[in-house]
Amino acid sequence: MAEIIQEEKQKGGKKKPKKGSAHIDMTPMVDLMCLLLTFFMLTTAFSKPKIMEILLPEKIRKNEKVEPPKIAESRTLNIILGPEDKVYWYPGKADPASPPPLQETDFSATGIRQVLFDRNRALFKKIDDFQKKVISGEIEIKQDSVQAAIKQLKTDDDTGPIVLIKAYKTSKYKNFVDIIDEMSIVGIARYTFTDISWLEEGMVNTALGIAPPATAAK
Amino acid sequence: MPKIKLPTKSPHIDMTPMVDLFTLLLTFFILTATMRPQEPAPVDTPFSVSEKTILDANVMTVMLAADNRIFFNVDNGPDTILHFRPKILAEMGKRYNIEFTPAELRKFEKGNSAFGVPIQNMKTYLATNNLKDREAMEVGIPIDSLDNQLALWILFARQINPAVNTMIKGDANVEYPIVKEVLDILQDKNVNRFNLITNLEKIEVTQKITE
Repeated sequence: MAEIIQEEKQKGGKKKPKKGSAHIDMTPMVDLMCLLLTFFMLTTAFSKPKIMEILLPEKIRKNEKVEPPKIAESRTLNIILGPEDKVYWYPGKADPASPPPLQETDFSATGIRQVLFDRNRALFKKIDDFQKKVISGEIEIKQDSVQAAIKQLKTDDDTGPIVLIKAYKTSKYKNFVDIIDEMSIVGIARYTFTDISWLEEGMVNTALGIAPPATAAK
Repeated sequence: MPKIKLPTKSPHIDMTPMVDLFTLLLTFFILTATMRPQEPAPVDTPFSVSEKTILDANVMTVMLAADNRIFFNVDNGPDTILHFRPKILAEMGKRYNIEFTPAELRKFEKGNSAFGVPIQNMKTYLATNNLKDREAMEVGIPIDSLDNQLALWILFARQINPAVNTMIKGDANVEYPIVKEVLDILQDKNVNRFNLITNLEKIEVTQKITE
């Protein structure tokens, strides 16, 4: 209130306000602000880094008498991360007498993802059926819980492959992240990381050293 | 014919709207800017499709630089009153019979960035202010089985802050055996849930899979 009154008084008192607005030279201020603005624009990181969660099975200690879980050979898919972003895979179990041929592929959409998709077809059929039923109204479910239900289907799935991921000694961390990524894209519920065996290492060595016969078989 | 008199006043441009806009933008950028602590080594994280954003507190990070050095970082927890960092360092010092003064502990708390110094050199590391000297001391945390300091850091970090989440921030070109070793150390300490820090990548899953 006090201020307003004062203002009025001033207006009343001064009959002739000064002509010509008082210009303040704002150039230095603008300069400074330009500088600061540029600085903050360049230093701001808009995208926060993302995280990818992985859960590994508990390690079996040497002195513990726990049998490692047994898995069906028919459902097993072995993936070996090779050097230079190569991926090798073979199904089932490696027999030392006649090692199975390694299939070579890569991280592209038609590479390892296709292999995993093919193996996981049953699950995707289930998801597709589920979605169709939701659309046709056979299953009544809230719109926002559809995704959660699909996720549940993926985790409950027990027909899909069990993927054992191994890494050759010269593979990179990038490959490790990529393969986990593929797992989540394809919706593989069961996968783990195991140590590469000498046999598999030898198989990769042959695939690398000599012209790989595995690629021709593909 | 009378000549038109040009105004002698210097042409003033009204900069007020511009200043207004600048102030607005500047305020926005200042407020959104998050000061990231300086990292001791450049780490190019790989890309993934994961969309979870990184946590702000209760985080311990194992950093794997491209030259295979290992760094460790732990935060003070959700509240700086908790002083997790100096407590962890004090525990670590006790294990190695190194007495850290309160001043050193305070400096360690304030540092807040990742470190890759063996505990034996920590005192000299904290005493130096020169960035170049500090960088020379960052040789990585030893992880060999004789003197596995990373395991102890993880152990104490978890003892002091049980709610801590494990993050692994690796350079895309780190070789897998190093990653494997770090994972083994973590699993030895019963950490089975990790978060890998990645950058977001857009992948279009347009393929028709089900026919």
